[in-house]
Amino acid sequence: MAWFEKKEGVKIPPTKALWQVCPRCKTYISKDEWKANNSICPSCNYHGRLGARARIAQLADKDSFAEVFRAVSYSDHLSFHDASGAYKEKIDAVIAKSGEKESVVMGTASMGGIPVMLGVMDFSFMGGSLGTGTGERIARACEQAIAERRPLIICSASGGARMHEGILSLMQMAKTSAAVGRVKEAGLPYISVLTDPTTGGVSASFAMLGDINITEPKALIGFAGRRVIENTIHQKLPPDFQTAEYLLAHGFIDKIVERSELKAFIVKMLHYFGF
Amino acid sequence: MATKKISKNATGPAKKKQAAAKSAMDVVKLARDAKRPHIYDFIRLICSDFEELHGDRLVNDDKGLVCGFGTISAGSAKKQGDVKVLIIGHHKGATVEENVEANFGMAQPDGYRKAMRLAKLAEKFHIPIVTFVDTPGAYPGDTAEARGQAEAIAKSLEFFSLLKTPIVVVVTGEGGSGGALAIAVGDRILMMENAVYSVISPEGCAGILWRDGAQAPAAAEALKITAADLKRLGAVDVIVSEPAGGAQKDHAKAAAYVKKAVLDALNELADIPADDLVAARYAKFRAMGNFY
Repeated sequence: MAWFEKKEGVKIPPTKALWQVCPRCKTYISKDEWKANNSICPSCNYHGRLGARARIAQLADKDSFAEVFRAVSYSDHLSFHDASGAYKEKIDAVIAKSGEKESVVMGTASMGGIPVMLGVMDFSFMGGSLGTGTGERIARACEQAIAERRPLIICSASGGARMHEGILSLMQMAKTSAAVGRVKEAGLPYISVLTDPTTGGVSASFAMLGDINITEPKALIGFAGRRVIENTIHQKLPPDFQTAEYLLAHGFIDKIVERSELKAFIVKMLHYFGF
Repeated sequence: MATKKISKNATGPAKKKQAAAKSAMDVVKLARDAKRPHIYDFIRLICSDFEELHGDRLVNDDKGLVCGFGTISAGSAKKQGDVKVLIIGHHKGATVEENVEANFGMAQPDGYRKAMRLAKLAEKFHIPIVTFVDTPGAYPGDTAEARGQAEAIAKSLEFFSLLKTPIVVVVTGEGGSGGALAIAVGDRILMMENAVYSVISPEGCAGILWRDGAQAPAAAEALKITAADLKRLGAVDVIVSEPAGGAQKDHAKAAAYVKKAVLDALNELADIPADDLVAARYAKFRAMGNFY
């Protein structure tokens, strides 16, 4: 056994407490610097994950965000249990810790003075998974956007459908896609911001359906997981596979926008559309 | 109701007993049985004529998703006469060569785009659509990602929710997640007795939540993926009975039950104005998972 071999169970807490490792370029950045730089890697410009509240604060005009549908939460209609216990207990713990009741936060807001319907997903809430509550919030938001003639802006961050809610989580893909389709049919713009990461059932539903699809540098966006694909094709995939840059090159994204420019870009698009 | 009648014909008391003892994983195995009728079997046994059409007019003709116009003759049930339809269905393949060519029914984005192209044509001539769902899932490969698998599925969901012509969906085997749903947004959702329909495969779910793919039977049970479960959850409207032992035992009989159920559904939808149809379809999916 080599002397430098890593022993199992050895933890390095002081490093973790002080340093943030960029998930893309693996550079060590002090946590203070990471935070001060808006969770963006100063070395490779990877735009790190933001919580829903932090992103709302960056996008909505000051004090303009009014949350809606907060009573809509999850449903455990399957009484789902897996090896590590009950879904209900797991998600109740997430709710207690985060103060959020679903993986998307919805509200009315103004952006650059324009009244909009704004939804932001939070990856830290059950991997941003699309549950029945998530789908219901999005469908209601679409209907309210149509009723009040508000442009719809949704920032997604999700691993996909929430399997703990079974077939009805899959059906949220159909429900949300139909709902954003109606927003677009009603002559309103839908701007989709696909943030890191947006995959599976969310990329394969409302997130890909924007009149404008935008993303941030180095975000992971795709349908199937990298390992699943490598197992299918029996080949290693290139490092840039399923990145924002890859999607832009293949024609599925209108533009990669820096976080600092995101709000201004959305407002500019809304101006083009006559808002 | 017609479906009830079919069940009566199809199930004797002995079979009912057997059905009660079946685990979810037993049903998964039946749904995946290679000898189950495939899309071309259904077409041959249900349609009096069929013309397959090819290609998405962009890059490719996906063999994993079959599309074409055909005629379903109502036969002795004279009231309806012949019905012209657009058929869309996953193709798993019956031989090894076909399996490979069709990616085992895992459609490429090109397949979904072909389906949308022809569905638009069906709408133009007020031709109803019948889809046959039988796929492990959409193809998870590098070429599929490069050509936008996520976009193709998303677009299909939006597209079919707005399409102004009747759509009848039949889940005949494996309803594998987004790749199944992409051709399963319709006005009536039919499901064969031994088919399954799930957000993720039992093996995939077990791998993630049990950290052990061998726990697939437990995952299959927990996910509630059988026809009876799905009907209870409101994701499926009609369960289509199968011959004793399963559809693989008697293709002709299985197809006859499917044909009857499809004709009944088409008959129910025939006189509904297109705008009402689209509104009702939205309401149908809108109500799924609304507990609030």
